[in-house]
Amino acid sequence: MVKDFSVDLCGIRLQNPVVPASGTFGFGLELADSMDLNVIGGISLKGTTREARYGNPTPRIAECDGGMINSVGLQNPGIDVLVGEKVPALRKVYNGCVIANISGFSLDEYRECCAKADACEGIDIIEVNISCPNVHNGGMAFGTDPASAAEVTKTVKAVCKKPVFIKLSPNVTDIVAIARACEDAGADGLTLVNTFLGMRIDIARRKPVIANKMGGYSGRAVFPVALRMVYQVAHACKIPVMGCGGVASARDVIEMMMAGATAVQVGAENLRNPFACPEIIAELPALMDELGIDTLKEIIGTV
Amino acid sequence: MIKSLYTIAENSLIAPKTFKLVLAGNAVVEGEFVNIAIPGYYLRRPLSVCDLEDGKLTIVYKVVGEGTKVLSEMKAGKELEVLTGLGKGFETRECREKALLVGGGLGVPPLLLLAKKLKAEGKKVCAVLGFNKAEEIILEKEFRGVCDEVVISTVDGSVGVKGFVTDAIKAAEPSFDYFYTCGPMVMMKVVCSALEEPGEASLEERMGCGAGFCYGCSIQTKNGPRRVCKDGPVFKKEDLIW
Repeated sequence: MVKDFSVDLCGIRLQNPVVPASGTFGFGLELADSMDLNVIGGISLKGTTREARYGNPTPRIAECDGGMINSVGLQNPGIDVLVGEKVPALRKVYNGCVIANISGFSLDEYRECCAKADACEGIDIIEVNISCPNVHNGGMAFGTDPASAAEVTKTVKAVCKKPVFIKLSPNVTDIVAIARACEDAGADGLTLVNTFLGMRIDIARRKPVIANKMGGYSGRAVFPVALRMVYQVAHACKIPVMGCGGVASARDVIEMMMAGATAVQVGAENLRNPFACPEIIAELPALMDELGIDTLKEIIGTV
Repeated sequence: MIKSLYTIAENSLIAPKTFKLVLAGNAVVEGEFVNIAIPGYYLRRPLSVCDLEDGKLTIVYKVVGEGTKVLSEMKAGKELEVLTGLGKGFETRECREKALLVGGGLGVPPLLLLAKKLKAEGKKVCAVLGFNKAEEIILEKEFRGVCDEVVISTVDGSVGVKGFVTDAIKAAEPSFDYFYTCGPMVMMKVVCSALEEPGEASLEERMGCGAGFCYGCSIQTKNGPRRVCKDGPVFKKEDLIW
């Protein structure tokens, strides 16, 4: 039986649901020499802001059991370089779904960056990051309150014709309330979850391991928590969800989809294994056989 | 970059807490460092390549934490999953005739492979290698077998020139047109400012992916932000901001 791995995100067809998460796959180009990018369903590009940003001081990385903390702080070359150089260069080697990930420190910045991403031919979907834990007065500040999450959504929807996914933070009391607020404000889809605010201390130096003290925790250990949130949000909202958080295998992909995810993002696992996405995609046929699944999209939200 | 399995051929103590790891495998892609998966640890350990010949990869590493401790306890015959072909290394072409290599402590190992490449290109090589004390000296025999001149310095004066590598350079007065350095940041900073000749330094930073796509190990340079793992670890002296 020929398997169908394809999924549909707001009219955009992905040949399979596997998408490297923003920040864990650069701008795609960095890995083009090491693998065939075209086996990957979609790529969420590194978070981009209006101006170029260097990001946070180093160390930006701390290892943990079952995961890691990062505090890169949105290092990026700015929206003009993204749409003028990075996306056109990626498009020369990649024909799957390209997702631009946009961050901002003000509504104006979100509006301007999303309008530019919307006008860029090579971009299929715009993912709006209102959940970065590593920058002050921006990022997560917008994503921890339903009213401000709705305000960002409305602002960017007013300037975008392409599907807009809002990327949600797990560092909230009620993620469903925020998801609903985004849906009501016109979001076409939701990505969840971003990283969990975490910390490590170097007990010999008596100082935080991360230069910026705290950072975003992600990796295998967060999978059950992320899955629970995807399940709750997917059952409370009608718009499609990209499930993200601790995904490291084809089994995790199936689990996320059964919980309600239409596509599944792979994040920290890429950092420990740069070949994680193609390997997970290669594992899917045998696992689908084992589970008696011929058409992957049929399992979405079946639990 | 490729990912492949290597068999441990040797993993032996050569100095206090310092091990020589020899990995055997078919697929070796040349690079400045490799990224080794340690069973039970989330991230890989990036370690510089000390030697590479006939499918054998030699790495000299020090036990500095739990991950390298576990690595040090692995016996010959065990397999390790390794990413190879990482990092931009030293540019041998920058040296016209005579090279000065300045290594400090665990910065010494990657200079051995560099010395071999420079010699293969017919260049003269002087190596100044600094250590804290006699028992921490590593790879002296190997460097003497390759280089035209080897000068050892120890901080406590137990062997060679007493003091730092800069003292040894002053004492030896080597003739060179280009230098290459690897070691503690403070040592490289002093070497880069003390030497008038052009040169390059191999940096160290805590890494995430090790392959240039997570931007976890960025530094500011005079040419803007650069990734230590991909744009480096070797950078030209004039590009570095200390």
